[in-house]
Amino acid sequence: MAVLMDLRMSDMARLIEPLIPALRRYARALVGDAAAADDLVQDCLERTISRWHQRRDDGDTRAWTFTILHNLAISRLRQRSRRGRHIELDDAEEAAMAQPAAQEDGLRETDIMAAVNRLPEDQRCVLLLISVEELSYADAARVLDVPIGTVMSRLARARERLRQLMQDESLVATPRPRLRSVK
Amino acid sequence: MNSTRPILEDDLHAYVDGVLDATRRAEVQAYLDSHADSAARVAAYIRQKAALQAALAGVAQEPIPPELSLRHLVEGRRPRHAVPWRMAVAAVVLLAIGAAGGWSMRGPVSGALIQSGIMGLAQEAAYTYDVYSTDQSHPVEFKAADKTQLVEWISSRLQRSIAVPDLSASGYRFMGGRLVATPHGPAGLLMYDNDQGVRLAMLVRPMTVDKTARMTEHSAGAVNGYAWAEKGVGYSLVGVASADTLHPLANEIRHQMEQKV
Repeated sequence: MAVLMDLRMSDMARLIEPLIPALRRYARALVGDAAAADDLVQDCLERTISRWHQRRDDGDTRAWTFTILHNLAISRLRQRSRRGRHIELDDAEEAAMAQPAAQEDGLRETDIMAAVNRLPEDQRCVLLLISVEELSYADAARVLDVPIGTVMSRLARARERLRQLMQDESLVATPRPRLRSVK
Repeated sequence: MNSTRPILEDDLHAYVDGVLDATRRAEVQAYLDSHADSAARVAAYIRQKAALQAALAGVAQEPIPPELSLRHLVEGRRPRHAVPWRMAVAAVVLLAIGAAGGWSMRGPVSGALIQSGIMGLAQEAAYTYDVYSTDQSHPVEFKAADKTQLVEWISSRLQRSIAVPDLSASGYRFMGGRLVATPHGPAGLLMYDNDQGVRLAMLVRPMTVDKTARMTEHSAGAVNGYAWAEKGVGYSLVGVASADTLHPLANEIRHQMEQKV
């Protein structure tokens, strides 16, 4: 039986382990702080392990695992919005430190994540799954449990809204002449 | 120009994501070359995508913390947030109440809290074992002397004829048993002990998932077990004992059950 477990483990390890960095990235992008995101990934992996025999085939593993993570993340976000956002001091510092350094050219990383966080949740998920995780449109539809047409329209809205937000941002960032009082 | 299909918004995004075939890509490119507004928009989307990837690249490059090691997780150890057994039992009871009350969750997450199939059975066996095997005054509700009544009770509730395996050849006496609640309906719990006071329990219940399943080793904390299913009935033998002790006993039980059924 130990042999059986090892076989199961190696099969699972081969398919799941390479996905962990991407799962952490998606969770972090959705919920913000590192500790909460890794908790979600841990829950996701536990469910993946316990439901391993229920997956359909090898090709499906990535979409299947992302589906589990996505659903966990969404219920966590809903919980948080019901309770109001609560961040432990340690976590808050960690999250702040985890912010990548600002780039000088073009879009700054902190800016773009701030802008992404202003998108409605459904648009944010589509954008992250497609632009960052590079899931196919069909896989994104599977993860979100919506038709492909919905994925496409959310993607279009997300990209356009983000473009506008970033434009506004750059307007705000450029110093404008102050209004002078006229006698 | 050839009569190309009109360019759709979807095509612009597929262009950004690099998923168009060569022909369509050339058509979209030609369109963008003559439509400055769309071209500017597409260029912004491409920059946006690169910026998003750059902003999040660091996360994927961080070393993976031990809590997320697959091996640790498979071994069933949660370095953080270890759920004490009694809380876990309470959770199962609450879930059972929830299920009975018609409460359910939608979506792929549902069912994850309550495991199904052989894994669910194994989990239930470990929970029940943890509660009753440590009970000094009432580990069983029906003692071995009332075996007939116990078997009738369990068999009628499970709607299956249940037999009590005899493990005396291995030094384990039948202590008795009881009916217990699981998220998958009633189950019979049969307890055994040996001269050293080591208690083992076998959980038996009808299976809707994994009606027939090969014997699988499982462990949760110090509780080890073997679970299997045959002809729609699931069995799990559990105890604070090594796999070397449990495995031959589980095989013996399976053998006896095959003879009875």
